[in-house]
Amino acid sequence: MINNIKGRAIVLGDNVDTDQIIPAKYLNTSDPGKLAPHFMENEYPDLVSHIKKGDIIVAGKNFGSGSSREHAVITIKGLGISCIIAESFARIFFRNAINTGIPLIEAKINVSEFDEISVDFSNSTIMYNGKETHFKEYPEFLKNIINSNGLINYVRSGKW
Amino acid sequence: MSKTAAEKIFSEKSGTDSKSGDYVVANVDYVMANDITAPIAIDAFNELGMKAKSDKIIIIPDHFIPPKDINSAIQYKKSKDFAIENGTWFYDIGSGGVCHQVMMEKGFAAPGRLIAGADSHTNTYGALSAISTGIGSTEAGVIFATGKMWFKIPETIKINLRGKPKKGVEGKDIILNILSTIKNGGAAYKCMEFSGNINYIDINERMTMANMTTEAGAKCSFFDTDDKTIGYLNQRNTGDYKIVKSDENADFSRIIEVDMDDIEPSIAIPNSPDNVRIATAVHEKIDQAYIGSCTNGRIEDIRKAAAILKNKKINKNVRLMVVPASQDVYNQALKEGLINTIVESGGYFSGTTCGACLGGYMGVLGPGEVCISSTNRNFIGRMGDKSSKVYLANPSIVAASAVLGRIGTPEEL
Ligand code: SF4
Repeated sequence: MINNIKGRAIVLGDNVDTDQIIPAKYLNTSDPGKLAPHFMENEYPDLVSHIKKGDIIVAGKNFGSGSSREHAVITIKGLGISCIIAESFARIFFRNAINTGIPLIEAKINVSEFDEISVDFSNSTIMYNGKETHFKEYPEFLKNIINSNGLINYVRSGKW
Repeated sequence: MSKTAAEKIFSEKSGTDSKSGDYVVANVDYVMANDITAPIAIDAFNELGMKAKSDKIIIIPDHFIPPKDINSAIQYKKSKDFAIENGTWFYDIGSGGVCHQVMMEKGFAAPGRLIAGADSHTNTYGALSAISTGIGSTEAGVIFATGKMWFKIPETIKINLRGKPKKGVEGKDIILNILSTIKNGGAAYKCMEFSGNINYIDINERMTMANMTTEAGAKCSFFDTDDKTIGYLNQRNTGDYKIVKSDENADFSRIIEVDMDDIEPSIAIPNSPDNVRIATAVHEKIDQAYIGSCTNGRIEDIRKAAAILKNKKINKNVRLMVVPASQDVYNQALKEGLINTIVESGGYFSGTTCGACLGGYMGVLGPGEVCISSTNRNFIGRMGDKSSKVYLANPSIVAASAVLGRIGTPEEL
């Protein structure tokens, strides 16, 4: 099962694309340690220094649009981000995150930088600033992949 | 039950009777990965410890190829070693090119096939009536091992093309105008199916259009099979394929009517491909003009550029980069004397690579520089420094702009 999550909000806008998440010049490596320091560096050069392990990205529409680079997900994993909440996700980013076991939540919440957020997956609820927002549960098929902690483990489990 | 082409192909490949919204595990005909995505896919494949489905796997290094630095060389070598060890299809420097162009030229893309590619512009093979879709690397590695992948069957947006394109209007202009209607993300998770007067649109232009459905967020694209499709396929070693078509009364999520007569040559201005203007309304000075990529780096594109550049000199403040989409395109351009024409005009003609299309190398933009490009993306920093700007247009406009020293159209020459 996915564990419940508590973390601080890192707030980003709409249409954050993979070129912003990790510029192409760093695609000559797939090492999380080498990629993570360059997260969003063109747009927000200081952002990385403010991110702590366990933080939650909160974004707008179409998060992760652009290229298929799994480096985007690896970068975010490398930073220790625990979960991404966005109004909507771009398709391949969504697949990459599910397949590598990063929880994604489709929801619109209004928070400020570093606000505390907690997510309860057992009842699909996000709690923040004394408020609650419910999100749609994953379909059964995707739950199986997420609960296996990613596609590789799911395939190994023989349920595939 | 009537079905869309996407529903039919996903049903057949998963051995189910499914419709849009259903999750299926489908047999993939081919899986493609490049030098950026293959290394991560290979790690995933190795974790599974299974035997490779070699006849389904195509490895095509293109992004930082020939290797631009040591790290790129390591990624290239890892991809190549995997291909050789496992006996997969492999297109090396000197025989390959940009992955999508190679997939079409070499006959992997054909009607009715389901193809997954670890690159977002895999949508391109819809031009040849295949369902082809971009995936991540981990899942590409899983297909290497199992030949299968999970998919959610997409809904289909039908784009009904009416009328006839005006002179000077290319596939690029048609898709830019459609993007300005649908918007970035407007076709997310969906199949964009083009029907109607597709007979006015050549296969190379269909490829440009299918390619840029990715910029609307689409999962895949689809053109019906017609004489032009068959003509293209007959020149290639495709093997068997099956022609599939949407039923007349299939359940489309949206139908968009497009009057091609109303479309003018167009330009996407920074920083989004859906930010479209009529070409004659944009006059910005440029530092670079770039013709290449899986969007518009085909022989037809280079012919158009050469026709404009013949007996002319490019503006002294501009560098023109022409980068063929594949080795085959390069060879053909050489044979037809197009390279001479371009070089004599003052342009730079290179071997095939993705190169500067993604800001990799060979034409990266410096701070504040402006480029007009035949590629597909103009996000912030896509081709270089975050303060550089990219305008997207068809190759004729790019070539004309190189001569003018600012964005302009062939009519102005
Ligand atoms: S040419 Fe550009 S868009 Fe096409 S695969 Fe290469 S980097 Fe991607």
